[in-house]
Amino acid sequence: MFRPMQPIVSIKNLSKTYASGFQALCGIDLDIRQGEIFALLGPNGAGKTTLIGIVCGIVTATSGSVTVAGHDIVADYRAARALIGLVPQELSTDAFESVWATVSFSRGLFGKPQDPALVERVLRDLSLWEKKDSRIMTLSGGMKRRVLIAKALVHEPRILFLDEPTAGVDVELRQDMWAQVRRLRDAGVTVILTTHYIDEAEQMADRIGVIDRGRLILVEPKAELMRKLGKKQLVLQLHRPLESLPAGLAAHRLELAADGAELTFTYDVQADRTGIAALFDDLARAGIGFKDLRTTQSSLEDIFVSLVRKP
Amino acid sequence: MNLRGMRAIYVFEMSRAGRTLLQSVVAPVLATSLYFIVFGAAIGEHMAVIGGVPYGAFIVPGLIMLSILTQSVSNAAFGIYFPKFTGTVYEILSAPVSPLEIVVGYVGAAATKSVILGLIILATAALFVPLSIAHPLAMLAFLVLTSVAFSLLGFIIGIWANGFEQLQFVPLLVITPLTFLGGTFYSIDMLPPLWRTVTLFNPVVYLISGFRWAFFGLTDVPIAMSLAATAGFLLLCLGVVGWIFRTGYRLKR
Ligand SMILES: Nc1ncnc2c1ncn2[C@@H]1O[C@H](COP(=O)(O)OP(=O)(O)O)[C@@H](O)[C@H]1O
Ligand SMILES: [Mg+2]
Repeated sequence: MFRPMQPIVSIKNLSKTYASGFQALCGIDLDIRQGEIFALLGPNGAGKTTLIGIVCGIVTATSGSVTVAGHDIVADYRAARALIGLVPQELSTDAFESVWATVSFSRGLFGKPQDPALVERVLRDLSLWEKKDSRIMTLSGGMKRRVLIAKALVHEPRILFLDEPTAGVDVELRQDMWAQVRRLRDAGVTVILTTHYIDEAEQMADRIGVIDRGRLILVEPKAELMRKLGKKQLVLQLHRPLESLPAGLAAHRLELAADGAELTFTYDVQADRTGIAALFDDLARAGIGFKDLRTTQSSLEDIFVSLVRKP
Repeated sequence: MNLRGMRAIYVFEMSRAGRTLLQSVVAPVLATSLYFIVFGAAIGEHMAVIGGVPYGAFIVPGLIMLSILTQSVSNAAFGIYFPKFTGTVYEILSAPVSPLEIVVGYVGAAATKSVILGLIILATAALFVPLSIAHPLAMLAFLVLTSVAFSLLGFIIGIWANGFEQLQFVPLLVITPLTFLGGTFYSIDMLPPLWRTVTLFNPVVYLISGFRWAFFGLTDVPIAMSLAATAGFLLLCLGVVGWIFRTGYRLKR
């Protein structure tokens, strides 16, 4: 029998209303599984940073509770926080410190004994070794992002939060970062990232949670989400353009495109009968020939837009 | 207890002073020397000996207080304000450190710097005037207590401040005037009776008086009152800091 592991982060009925009166989170329930890469996907202002802020101790929840590996984040904050590394969305760094000093500081702050060999390994992994004595203010934005990641990793967290890690980051760093995230996952670290880039969630995540206006709309394994909500389209390039759809084809979900030169047929992937065979029969009966065909699958982006646009 | 976390904050704050050595040591030493040249040497010639103490020596405790009050406040205020301003405070808030450990780290470092500064000024003063210290242990105790109390005040100001002007406001517009009017350069017994009564409402009078007693055995107000005032102020600041962390005031959103 399959027995789900105890969730490493368990969020229950969490709400946050800021001092301004704005409600940023409404009754969030979410369990993060040990060792997974979880993407929290949502448009700007959805409440992603607020949610992470509460789990990490930067924002106080208005109501609800969070446990990290069974430790309540308020009552047992030391045990909870010791397990968490946070890479914030903003590039907040100590401008005058050296890379080495600021990374070592983080390790001490989290109560770990100094370990120069480990600091060196973290810096090398993030291509920061050459910059170890540079003052942070002399670094580029991408390098500062690497420093923040190093600070979050140097105390060997079991859970890593990455808040919009690739916003304004070049391709090289993006790839380095994903390589690092996969290494961490392989080492058993749970990774929770937020993003509003759908391709990022699609590329990296094991599971995806979609958040909009403070509400968690759905949480699904990525593959499931794609399968469940994915629509396929069959595009036929016709021999002769059609002025309008012949009456004999009205029963099918068809659309004319490209000035009548293309027919688009939309169908559900997981349906028992896609209706393609029947369509071809009816096309032949109507005397419509086609010279080529292709299929397209809706991306996560389309799924996302259709979810979030719902009133 | 996360002693390592506390130590990390303390060392970070101390190394910040190392980077601004000129500002944190050379400037006050220069300023003190100038006070001695102007007040001690030039004006002091024309001043009476106060309570058997030559004027140049008489002003030493007040001058030290002047520096450590302003430096404690501005140092501790800046220490916590700057991470708030740059956003790096996120890391402190998300770390497994208790409020007490955070306060000990920041306030401890600011107070340490003030004590060192006080001793440097004392050494500088000794170059200008012959000094003897009647109660060295009491002198150190006053120095440490005052440094801690005003570093706590600075920490509170740093958390409260929403801009750099507010950060400057208290040291410049409150501490400095109160110290000048609190008997740094004179004994309050030299004042007209009405003004003397008004001055007794100035808390800094009690600090300077107690500190001067440790040097020369002279007091403006009873030594017990000086001690009570210093301890009371310390407890008040501790209470406010405790409240700040309980409520998350201006630290957490
Ligand atoms: N300190 C604050 N006070 C008031 N409103 C805030 C504060 N911080 C964030 N918000 C609001 O809460 C909402 C969610 O913000 P955030 O969690 O940063 O979203 P996201 O990270 O998904 O972009 C936004 O509408 C934002 O304007
Ligand atoms: Mg955000």
